[in-house]
Amino acid sequence: MEGLASGLAMGLGAIGPGIGVGLVVLGALQGIARNPEVAGEIRTNMILGIAFAEAIAIYALVVALLLKFV
Amino acid sequence: MRRLLSPRVLGITLAVLVLMVGSAVVLKVPLPGISLPAEPVACLGGHLVEAEHGLACSGGFPITNTMTGTLIVDLTIFLFMYFALRDKQLIPNGLQNALEAVIEWFYGLVEDVAGKENAPKFFPLVMTIFIFALVSNWWELVPGMDAFGWIVKAHGKGGWEIKALFGNVHTLVKEDGHYTLVPWLRTVTTDLNVTLAMAFISVTYVQIAGVQALGPGYFKKFIKPGYASGLIDVFVGILETISEIARIISFSFRLFGNIFAGTVLLFVMPYLIPLFVPLPFYGLEIFVGLIQAFVFAVLTLVFISMAVVSHGDHEH
Repeated sequence: MEGLASGLAMGLGAIGPGIGVGLVVLGALQGIARNPEVAGEIRTNMILGIAFAEAIAIYALVVALLLKFV
Repeated sequence: MRRLLSPRVLGITLAVLVLMVGSAVVLKVPLPGISLPAEPVACLGGHLVEAEHGLACSGGFPITNTMTGTLIVDLTIFLFMYFALRDKQLIPNGLQNALEAVIEWFYGLVEDVAGKENAPKFFPLVMTIFIFALVSNWWELVPGMDAFGWIVKAHGKGGWEIKALFGNVHTLVKEDGHYTLVPWLRTVTTDLNVTLAMAFISVTYVQIAGVQALGPGYFKKFIKPGYASGLIDVFVGILETISEIARIISFSFRLFGNIFAGTVLLFVMPYLIPLFVPLPFYGLEIFVGLIQAFVFAVLTLVFISMAVVSHGDHEH
């Protein structure tokens, strides 16, 4: 049962952040396409945005690992 | 398409595939003991005993494997600094050049985010967080990390057999048994205590920087004094307080989760297929270690610069 819970936690918890990271990169790519000069700045802010969105997936991963190993 | 399917290419591909599958059968790699909390490996003034859940200290002060990891990380940073700054030249070369490049790049970033006059104030803390997190994360990749330690009885799930090598030294072999390994050196940032402490320091420093810049009026973003504070202001104040507290949790879990999952990945991949397949995951871990250290430091910097800006009329 714990294995099932662990798998479900990670699997369902990765849907939202997956879409979220895609949206962040979509915005960054469109920005770079419009204004290639500031690509460096856009890239820095994109990395920040990706870290925020991915943190939610990491919370789900921690729950999955807790269920499996503790 | 002809060049792609030439006999030479096909032959190499086949050899690699055979090696991958063959190594999974022939080389028997056991799975190391994966433990969420850091475990004590020595006791100052006490005895190390095997208790219910792994090792414990009967009396005395426990030294955990992440504490020894922190010592190694500190030693690395000191040695690097010592050799880089030994004979300082005006035109830098070698290690000094690398050091100056990193500092200049990061200082430029801090100036971009915080402004030229605030940069010298915030640079030390942010750079320290970056360097400490980066060196800790990259030590995870060094062969031998998490590999040597005490062999103890595995409690509950799994366990492997041991084989004697020489003297009292044993190694785990991939046959069902009752033993597992508690490593002497463990990646520092896989300990939630470490990342929680770093997150506390960051968030506390944000408040201190805010008060230094704006005086006690800094707390007006949480509580608006005076008669004219409406319901919206109270709600926004509560929201700000909760978001500050959520930052502690988010900082600590982001770094901990990424690096701990990375170590679990690096343990499990060789357990499944020892040859060739772990390579892309090593590359991923190099990248993730760098990005997570960078993100922790830059997020701290962003929150500090948001806190020192005077909150005039805010439109929410």
